[in-house]
Order: sequence, then structure tokens, then C-alpha cells
Amino acid sequence: MIQSFYETMIEGERYVLILQGLGVTILIAVCAIIIGTVLGCILALMKISDSKLLRVIGTLYTTVLRGLPLATQLMIFYFIVFAPLHLPKLLVAILAYGLNSGAYCTEIFRAGIQGVDRGQTEAGRSLGLSKKQTLFKIILPQAAKAVLPTYTSEFIVLIKETSVASFIAVMDMTKAGDMIRNSTYNAWIPLLTCAVIYLILTLGLTKVFGGFEKRMAKSER
Amino acid sequence: MKDEILIKVSHLQKAFNGGRNVLSDISIDIRRGEKIVIIGPSGCGKSTFLRCINRLEEPTGGTITFEGVDVTDSNVNMDLQRQKMGMVFQHFNLFPHLTIMQNLTLAPVTLKLKTEEEAKKIGFELLKKVGLEDKMDKYPSTLSGGQKQRIAIVRSLAMNPDVMLFDEPTSALDPEMVGEVLNVMKDLAKQGMTMLVVTHEMGFAREVADRILFIHGGVIEEQGTPDEIFNHPQSERLRQFLKAIL
Ligand SMILES: Nc1ncnc2c1ncn2[C@@H]1O[C@H](COP(=O)(O)OP(=O)(O)OP(=O)(O)O)[C@@H](O)[C@H]1O
Ligand SMILES: [Mg+2]
Repeated sequence: MIQSFYETMIEGERYVLILQGLGVTILIAVCAIIIGTVLGCILALMKISDSKLLRVIGTLYTTVLRGLPLATQLMIFYFIVFAPLHLPKLLVAILAYGLNSGAYCTEIFRAGIQGVDRGQTEAGRSLGLSKKQTLFKIILPQAAKAVLPTYTSEFIVLIKETSVASFIAVMDMTKAGDMIRNSTYNAWIPLLTCAVIYLILTLGLTKVFGGFEKRMAKSER
Repeated sequence: MKDEILIKVSHLQKAFNGGRNVLSDISIDIRRGEKIVIIGPSGCGKSTFLRCINRLEEPTGGTITFEGVDVTDSNVNMDLQRQKMGMVFQHFNLFPHLTIMQNLTLAPVTLKLKTEEEAKKIGFELLKKVGLEDKMDKYPSTLSGGQKQRIAIVRSLAMNPDVMLFDEPTSALDPEMVGEVLNVMKDLAKQGMTMLVVTHEMGFAREVADRILFIHGGVIEEQGTPDEIFNHPQSERLRQFLKAIL
């Protein structure tokens, strides 16, 4: 076992591939969640705004981006939308994942905002606070707390979905594992290594965010 | 000052999205310092009436003048008007993410009416009046219903309003907590606050009200002093209503 691990992973410094792939996976996921969060905030505010136009734009965006398979979207972005710009593959992947994650974040945030009891808005407004002040001082802090669990799972889904990036030949961790499998004819070691690393990432994140939630819940007692 | 009309409601009408009129024609002058209790069967529009006054609901007809300002005018800055109209809800609606003190200071500080320090000082004084000063750093979830409602009243008072609107402030409370909230409201009445109270607490109405309004069929079916309403009801509907609840 150790012998074969050594032969497939260490020899020829093939483990470096895995590490590079891991770096790409994390880079895409982190950048995408940042883009997605910013986009999600903006679009969620659009979707709850008084302007019909803004609401329609928001709905259109989330419907389309959540309605298509990620691999399809990724290729559309790479071969069609961003093709004229000749952007590096990795950048396209980051943008595509970010735009896609933005659609999911929008729905998560919108649901969070609309999930806050209407009485909260009424109490804020009845005190003379403006719509905006009520939103920022009363509604959003409560919504943020409420969405944390779903937001966490969105980030975890994102990490796992980076494996689809190989559709446009981005070398993420899954792709790296697959390349090692190809060159060593050993499927077990490289793919299980990837699996273990994914699990460590997702479980670790679940733990970190879970602790975060607990701390926030405690602060209200 | 004594007979100054604080709120003038003329021919107020309200229908929800094109449906039938919930309020069809309500007119009333409310003087400064007056205590008005509003009664009527469930669904007759008592809440809607209160909520039209601070425009949590948009009236579909008529006018409401508050301190000489037509608050049904769409050009009026309603946020500014609402600063002078406190409202207490059946379900308290305290801000769960803020401490009791932060609940009290949020509006005055955000609206830059007071510095944080001033607001805290006033908040503390108000909390002392309702005997809850030891709760100031607690969160609402740790309070009983009666305590929450007393805090909600104090939160409105922290804005130093000219009128207080109460929408069934004791209906969501366990019976043993009703008294503590009514006592706070009675104190407030004694201090001369103008109050509009929707309630089923007829004892409170008898004791505190200057005038009782009986709303039925979208209009003020009958109004009068507690003695007139309870001892000499004129309309058949009011008599039936009283028989059902007393
Ligand atoms: N947002 C709304 N949309 C549509 N109809 C509404 C709305 N709010 C209230 N109504 C209707 O208006 C009528 C009056 O409601 P309102 O809440 O003012 O009555 P109420 O006298 O306060 O009753 P209760 O004693 O049950 O509190 C009811 O028939 C109710 O169904
Ligand atoms: Mg009501």
C-alpha cells in the first residue's frame, strides 16, 4: 500500500500535480464565492426592490443561471461569451463559477430577507426609520444570521463543483488526479487521495461555519 | 392647547387591493391628550384604522391630518411624521438581534435625534419607570411576554412621540401578565399622552377612555364616554357586541 502510494504519487513528483490542482480548486472556489456573494447581495436587493424592471432583471438572471447545467454554462462562457476576449481559462472558470454562484446566493439572500418577520419592518418604520435604515439596521442583520447554514452549503457545493472545470481544460484537483491515473495506470491511489482531500475541505468548512453559527446564536442569550 | 386637535380623520376609506371597503367612511377629531379606545367585532377594521393613521396601510380615500400636516398627501415625508407617532403591536416586534438598550436607542441614534450617550440615558430612565432597568443588556428572547410588551412601549416612548397607537397590546399575553402592561399604559395616560387603543380589555376602557369608538360595517357605528357606551348603548349592534364580550 505504502509502496504503491510512493510509486504513484511521490515518484516523478506527481503529488505536485495534486497540490497544484488543489490550489486551482481553492482559488476558483474562493474567488467565485466572493464574486457570487457581492453579486448575490446586489441582485437580492434588486429582487426585493420597488422597481419592476430591477425585479425582472433579477428574476431573469437567477432563472437562467440556475436553470442550466454548470458544465453547459461553463462551455458557453468559455467558447462563446468570453471567447472574443481571449481570457486565460482559469479566469474564465473563476468568472463563470462566480456568475453562477451569484444566482444561487441571490436566492439564498432573498429568501433570508423575506423570511424576516414582517412585524420587524413595521416596527422599524413605525419608529420613523426609513426603508433603507430599516433594511440595513434591522432586516439584514437578522437575515444574515438566518442564511448562514444555506450559505455554507453553497460554498461547499461550489468546492465540489469546481471538478467540472476540466470541461474547459482547467487543471483542478480532480483533473490532476485523473492525469496521474492515466500515466500510472493506478486509479485507486490518485482518485482516493483527491476524495480524501475534498472530504477534509468540506468537513473542515462545515465545522468552521458551524462554530460560527453557534457563537452567533449564543450572542442572543 | 387643551382643545387643540391633534389628529383629524375625514371620510377615511380603505379597501385592500380592489376588494370591498374595510373602512368606508370614518371621521373623527382627536384632541391632544385624549384617550380613545376602539372596540368592535373581529375583522371590523380596528387594526386597519390604526395602521392608516401612521400609514402602515395606505388609505384609499379621505384625509388624515396630524398636527396640521396632511399625512395622506403622498408628498409628505412620512418617516418624519412617524417619529411623532409611537405604535405598539400585538406581537411586540422587538428587534431580536439587539439588546434591550439597543432596541431603545436604535431609532433616536440612527435618526441623529440624540447622541448614543443621551439616548442611553433617556433609555435608562424609561426602563426604570417600568422596572426593567436590570434587563438593559439582555436580549428580547430572555424576557417574558409582559416584559417584552413593556419594553416595546418604552421603545416607542424613547422617540418622545405626541401620540401612541396601541393595537391589542395585551392580546398575545398570558392572563397573569396583562395587568403589568395595562398599568404601564395607565401611567402613560395619567401623564397626558394622547392614546388610541384597540383592546378587548373593557375594564381598561372604562377606567381610562375619554371616548370609546365602536366600529362596525366600516364606519364608527357609535361613540361616547364609557358610561354612554357600556350603560346606555344606542345601536342594536353595539348591544349585541357588548352582550357577547361582557
Ligand atoms: N393586508 C391585507 N390584505 C387584504 N385584506 C386585509 C389585509 N389586512 C386586513 N385585511 C382584511 O380587512 C379586514 C379588517 O382587518 P383588521 O385586521 O383591520 O380587523 P380587526 O378589527 O383589527 O380584527 P381583529 O380583531 O381580528 O384584529 C379583515 O376582513 C381582513 O381580512
Ligand atoms: Mg386587529
